[in-house]
Amino acid sequence: MYPEYMTPSLEKVAQTRNKRYEMAKSGKPVFPPMTADQREEVLNRFHPDYETDSKKKVRIGPNKGEILTTEISDLLEAHSRIKPDLFDLSNPDYETDVLIIGGGGAGCAAAIEAMNNGVKSIISTKLRLGDANSMMSQGGMQAAVSETDSPPRHYLDIVGGGHFDNKPELVRALTEAGPGIVKWLEELGVVWDKMEDGSMYLLHGGGTSRKRMHSARDYTGAIILRTLMDEVKNNPEKVIILEFMPIIELIMDEKGRCAGGVIYNMETEEYFTVKAKATIITTGGYGRLHIRGFDTTNHYGATADGLVMAYRAGAKLLYMDSVQYHPTGAAFPEQIAGYLITEKIRGAGGQPLNIDGELFVFPREPRDVEASALMRECLEHKKGIITPSGRCGVWLDSPLIEIIQGEGYVNKQFPAMHHQFIRYGIDITKEPMLVYPSLHYQNGGIEINEKTETNLPGLYVAGEASGGVHGRNRLMGNSVLDYNVFGRRAGKEAAHYAKSAKLGKLTLQHIQDYENQLKAARIKTDSISPILLPSYTPEDVLKRQLTACYEGTLR
Amino acid sequence: MATKIEVKRKPAQKTQEKNEETKTVYIMGKAHKVPAEATIMGAIEYAGYQIKRGAGCREGFCGACATVYRLPGDYKIYTGLACATLVEEGMWLAQLPAIPPQKAVYDINKLEPNVETIQVLYPEVFRCVACNTCTKACPQDLEVMDYIQAAKRGDIEMLMDLSFDCVSCGLCAIRCPAEITQMNVGLLGRRLYGKYLSKETKQLKNRINEIKEHKFDKEFKRLMEMKKDQLKKEYYARDSE
Ligand SMILES: Cc1cc2nc3c(=O)[nH]c(=O)nc-3n(C[C@H](O)[C@H](O)[C@H](O)COP(=O)(O)OP(=O)(O)OC[C@H]3O[C@@H](n4cnc5c(N)ncnc54)[C@H](O)[C@@H]3O)c2cc1C
Ligand code: FES
Repeated sequence: MYPEYMTPSLEKVAQTRNKRYEMAKSGKPVFPPMTADQREEVLNRFHPDYETDSKKKVRIGPNKGEILTTEISDLLEAHSRIKPDLFDLSNPDYETDVLIIGGGGAGCAAAIEAMNNGVKSIISTKLRLGDANSMMSQGGMQAAVSETDSPPRHYLDIVGGGHFDNKPELVRALTEAGPGIVKWLEELGVVWDKMEDGSMYLLHGGGTSRKRMHSARDYTGAIILRTLMDEVKNNPEKVIILEFMPIIELIMDEKGRCAGGVIYNMETEEYFTVKAKATIITTGGYGRLHIRGFDTTNHYGATADGLVMAYRAGAKLLYMDSVQYHPTGAAFPEQIAGYLITEKIRGAGGQPLNIDGELFVFPREPRDVEASALMRECLEHKKGIITPSGRCGVWLDSPLIEIIQGEGYVNKQFPAMHHQFIRYGIDITKEPMLVYPSLHYQNGGIEINEKTETNLPGLYVAGEASGGVHGRNRLMGNSVLDYNVFGRRAGKEAAHYAKSAKLGKLTLQHIQDYENQLKAARIKTDSISPILLPSYTPEDVLKRQLTACYEGTLR
Repeated sequence: MATKIEVKRKPAQKTQEKNEETKTVYIMGKAHKVPAEATIMGAIEYAGYQIKRGAGCREGFCGACATVYRLPGDYKIYTGLACATLVEEGMWLAQLPAIPPQKAVYDINKLEPNVETIQVLYPEVFRCVACNTCTKACPQDLEVMDYIQAAKRGDIEMLMDLSFDCVSCGLCAIRCPAEITQMNVGLLGRRLYGKYLSKETKQLKNRINEIKEHKFDKEFKRLMEMKKDQLKKEYYARDSE
């Protein structure tokens, strides 16, 4: 339930609704979309990436001298969890063809293709299989399927959204494979939303010029990922799943090829070695770093581990200076602050409104622009709504959707969202939601080519951990497509590579070298990475844990 | 020209404020004072536990946080998702770190969407006594028993539809006297529906053929070779549906 003091503003929202409905019905944009110059201005002034201390030069490693997001620079300029000389690499604890690091969407897709291509694999994952950002995508997956659409048009939308920094060959691979992925997933048993006649039920997303968002109600990610996981679990003799067993460093061979990783059993606190002919990093994003103190939409294990281990081994990162804040995270109630309110809400006609119930931005600008406009409304125009805990937010008018799309639509299309809010006494078919940008997506990552190869032989990367596909700003629905397209590619490419790869002597020398670089650069730090999990232990508790020893954030 | 911006930061590490309203909960029997408005997950962390098992998405999608609890003066065992359930005064709670899985192994390509498939893969479904305990246990408020009944009848569409929002927390399975793993039966039903029963999409077939026949190669090439400025122009001039 909203506190009473918000009632006048809620009434204004209701009062302006009819007028806004008429506008929406007319088919014209309900608010003028921004020009290139206007976009630039609002980004410059309000996007957190443009704040002066948001970035910092990284002093060591493959991207040495480059300006990266401050939290990333700090994470890279940290010690490893392990001392290399404690490991006997001549006798690895596990051996396999392909080691897949991360059991989310990209990891499962890779495992399926690895087994289809005749090799065995191990999935090492930090939490349970499927405890991942992929489980949470609500809105959907883009693919140019409709008659008015085409893969090149999808391409144009993506590069425009990405500020023209995307790697062209990756975007082509992504968009061209889109329709095939829709089909592939359906053949595995994904239930897509469809019209009576069997055509896909498609919606707009931010920055799309055609309707191409495919969905499975608002459980798109859960439906897709559970299908992929089920497929993996149906092949226990081809894929071994190791849960609560994250990889914390890569292992190389003497020729500089990637040759597996060091696994950490989070429960027994033992370390093991895995020897693999090829390795795929699918560790996802970094929302749990809480960059610039923001709340996040991400799952518990999103801590950029893959970036750290790849970087120590010598892999190059791309666009790690750009962070995606989702325009609409929940701002109220406090318990769900930062949770994602899917962009599909705006795709279906939901409008962001200020305290006076007025539109102040076109609802479907690309994410970074939309998020910045929301922040401007709160911070500069002071037309946000302040919550009891001191957060600021703007309304997202969901009741309007019921008017535009017909009664019952919200319950049918957004059951998860409806459920989320009704627990707190807010019926989103009758009242709007209060929203503010939330830390959402890692735009950049480990640089890959269209075969998902990195600059290290034997190391492949797919999904959110990779960089280049989305330039400096991803559009909604392209990352579910991304992990399917490139996850599958990685599985296939790694399988081919593994079939002929002959590894030399295994080594962890790169860890020692990196440590030496830290020293040479006179970097003094107590930090350890990867951190594996964030810590939400209150400070007073920490103080009383007199004998606890923390490695990274874990004791 | 950057303006100094005040952004509401995440109170990542919160110390208890003096006047904050609290509730007492018993985490596995031990009393802790926690913020009155906390979720169970928030309360566990506030009390000083570092969760390893028991949290995944933290937003009600993954089912990692199955929790059982009792309330004072009430004999019932309640179930909930720790990330989405608020604490109550006197609540006695424990998380279930894992639920023993019983998953049939199958080749989806060799199945048929009918009752025989259910009989072969999940015969225990037919032991359902219609006690409705699963439905009562479901933190998603799904009609679990109804979808199990649908499975018994071979009504795959209803099985898909009613189980759609399942987060696979397993609380139904752990309470079921017939030892059914409802979440896995639902998953099978959805896969059967998606693969075999959902209507064919003509446009999809056509588009895949067009791509195979290289219909878009030229246009791709043109865009990929374009200079940034030109590409920009074309992007901002594109029409929208
Ligand atoms: C709430 C939410 C909603 C979203 N909605 C959409 C949407 O509608 N459309 C869209 O296209 N995109 C959406 N996205 C983005 C998209 O879901 C993700 O970018 C994508 O699923 C990432 O897939 P992935 O496989 O690369 O990573 P993930 O799915 O996050 O998987 C990474 C896995 O690696 C594991 N891991 C991490 N570190 C280690 C380690 N050291 N060792 C072993 N394992 C490790 C993690 O625990 C996790 O299981 C959404 C994201 C979120 C958070
Ligand atoms: S943590 Fe995923 S459902 Fe609660």
